[in-house]
Amino acid sequence: MRNLIEAYRKTFGTEVAALLGFLLMVLVVFSLTAPRFLSGANFGSMAFQLPELGLLTLAMLAPIISGGLNLAIIYTANMAGLTLAWVLLQFGGIDAGPGAFVLGVAAALAVGAAAGAIMGLVIAYIGAHPILVSLAMMIFLRGLGEFLTRGGDISGFPTYLAPIGHGSVLGVPVPMLIFLAAALVWHVLLGRTRHGFSVYMIGSNIRASEYSGIHTKRTLTLIYTLSGMLCAVAGILMLTRFNSVRVGHGEALLLITVLACFLGGVDPFGGFGKVAPVVLALMILQVLSSGLNLLGANQHLSTAVWGLFLICVMVLRWVGARLTQMQKRKGE
Amino acid sequence: MSAVPAPLPANAEAEGSALRLRHISKVFGGVHALDDVSFEVRRGEVHCLAGENGCGKSTLIKIITGVYSPEAGAEIEIFGEPANHITPTASRRRGIAVIWQDLALFPEMTVAENIAFDTLVGGLPRRVRYGAMRAMASAVLERLGVSLDLGARLRTLPIAQRQIVAIARALAGEARLIFMDEPTASLTQSETDSLLALVRSLSERGVAVVFVSHRLAEVLEIAERVSVLRDGRLVGVFDAEGMTQLRLTELMTGKTLSHAVAARDMSAERPVLELDRLGRDGEFDDISLTIRAGEVLGLTGLIGAGRTELAHSIFGMTRPDRGTMRLDGRALRLHSNRDAVAAGIGYVSEDRLSLGLIQQQSIADNIVLPVLAKITGRAGLISDRKKADLVTHRLHEFAVRIGTPQDPISTLSGGNQQRVVLAKWLATEPRLLILDSPTVGVDVGARAGIFEITRKLADMGLAILLISDEVPEVYFNADRILHMAAGRIVAEHDPRNVTLSDLEAAIYA
Repeated sequence: MRNLIEAYRKTFGTEVAALLGFLLMVLVVFSLTAPRFLSGANFGSMAFQLPELGLLTLAMLAPIISGGLNLAIIYTANMAGLTLAWVLLQFGGIDAGPGAFVLGVAAALAVGAAAGAIMGLVIAYIGAHPILVSLAMMIFLRGLGEFLTRGGDISGFPTYLAPIGHGSVLGVPVPMLIFLAAALVWHVLLGRTRHGFSVYMIGSNIRASEYSGIHTKRTLTLIYTLSGMLCAVAGILMLTRFNSVRVGHGEALLLITVLACFLGGVDPFGGFGKVAPVVLALMILQVLSSGLNLLGANQHLSTAVWGLFLICVMVLRWVGARLTQMQKRKGE
Repeated sequence: MSAVPAPLPANAEAEGSALRLRHISKVFGGVHALDDVSFEVRRGEVHCLAGENGCGKSTLIKIITGVYSPEAGAEIEIFGEPANHITPTASRRRGIAVIWQDLALFPEMTVAENIAFDTLVGGLPRRVRYGAMRAMASAVLERLGVSLDLGARLRTLPIAQRQIVAIARALAGEARLIFMDEPTASLTQSETDSLLALVRSLSERGVAVVFVSHRLAEVLEIAERVSVLRDGRLVGVFDAEGMTQLRLTELMTGKTLSHAVAARDMSAERPVLELDRLGRDGEFDDISLTIRAGEVLGLTGLIGAGRTELAHSIFGMTRPDRGTMRLDGRALRLHSNRDAVAAGIGYVSEDRLSLGLIQQQSIADNIVLPVLAKITGRAGLISDRKKADLVTHRLHEFAVRIGTPQDPISTLSGGNQQRVVLAKWLATEPRLLILDSPTVGVDVGARAGIFEITRKLADMGLAILLISDEVPEVYFNADRILHMAAGRIVAEHDPRNVTLSDLEAAIYA
């Protein structure tokens, strides 16, 4: 049994192994307690709900690893959605053709990238603190968006957009496919490319990285640009899911993305964190929220449970670290 | 146990000892960190505790300050009173203070707040009286004969002044016995000199100081007696007068080290780096020098001479305003240190802790950091196999004793960390390697290892610029020595034609 556990930990790494265990535990608990938990409908609805938070969390993850933060993710996504909506409306709103959609998506990605690039440039070249820069960008985008929309909803999009937000391919919801694709790209980018490697090193010690010949300024600019583009993808997805755009939509998700990163073992001070555990953390949060919902709990209660859960995880991590330390001492 | 060559004088009892320890042992998991050690400090004495890393120095200090408790049978006397159960608070109350290497001060608080800190904490919450606090701080600084801006935030002060604040803080707490752990590790020569003067004046006022340092020259200069520890045992207590650095090194390491001038005549070799009247405003000027293949060129001088600034320009971190650089005969124009790395220049920074290595990250990641292009496989992705091969190859070359390449750098000793820095720069296959104070914070035994590697690299044809403010280091390890002062090269010496003491006199004059 012990060897089995050891082998399991070796294959997945301690972090992923622990989170997988957690996920299994919550799945089992809700299967036993919530009658309709183990149904296709429930899993389908979870798979539709997760990607929006998931994409935003990935957009938060990369800047955190680089030793920063991107507080502007929600409004970058809103602004990108707004850009797409504006292009579609220019081409006749509900009658806009697929060409208009492609153009709109390109424009939305460009807006997201631009928002990220501006933050990245200021952080890298001026040396301003990422919290201040992204906070300023968040306020700017929110103000601009509310000014442009007068605080209202924008809707009336072509019907062929519905499958992107609500359709399935081979039983897997399209939003989930988009999220998994983004997670895979992020995994390769951070884990296997020179750029990703540099992001981790910069997150731990930017000056030592610079002395080793890493182009720290370019790396930082690029990572915020990519984060902005991923926000744009989330914004486009939100438009197709709700068939409308409103500045401020998803506002409550901002801190949840940070929470999901930390639950996934990301170091709040930068330098450490991986995509796979964060994806698992997102799944755990989704299962907790859906399961509690099925049990008839109030939605606010499920938010409270998330917070409590994170505190428990921190305590457990501490206990785990102490145990390994003690084992090491015994070994000596 | 070896004989104690400095028996206590008959009047020692009369003067009284500040601290007397007998039969101190400490066992960690079956290993004797300390084995029946005796240690005595007289009142007002400057005593040096010498030994390599891991010899038990820190354990001993931690026992004295009550952090650890010794094994049964220990006898401890503080200012004549037996004290067999000491806690950190009790130890402080009895007048013992420790200034750790990292100083343990508060960077965001002012000088006055830092000095008065120990008198403020504890007890019930009460109003902080800033007036009284400043008065106290200025009184202590006056006693020390130094003036500092009491309102300045600590982080804005240079490290040497923070050191003074730490000493003042100990004195404010009425310390009569101060332990200083590697106090000069990050100080320049002139800062060290003023610190030593300060320590002397403390001792004249009856405050005993125990000095823990790797730098043997200053140990012998300041201390009256030296206690040497090796592998948890007391080797002996020696008078500093008449002791030589060489003898002390042998006592600490238990090994006989060869100390011979290694200089050779390299003037026939092909030049690798040529500088012609290089200058940068406010830093250095009119620097012309040549380093040849296989040559170790020593660059020494007092702090502020512009050595590190020159190294930064050669490494492309800053741009010179005047003059030209040539590498292998070709003009060298650097826009950033990336150009320098690409051209074949490596730079081992003087600040290994924060600039040389990324402490939290793994040994493997640190080694591949400057050579990411070399481990990139198809489609621009990093190849795990190429990375592992490169890391194994480089670690093997330097005989770094480690667990696994995945361990964080911070788990390694100073000497092994420095080997990893060298391995990292060697991975870039440089033609010129700049070593800026490569032995700071590395203990004596490991220093010899680093210079052995340096020599080996030179023999492989590398040109090496060895920067150090410890004159013996360049004297024994360089082929030629350049003396830099106030941003200019003022003299060139051949170690074979000059004695160490003449050279030291010329440089410290």
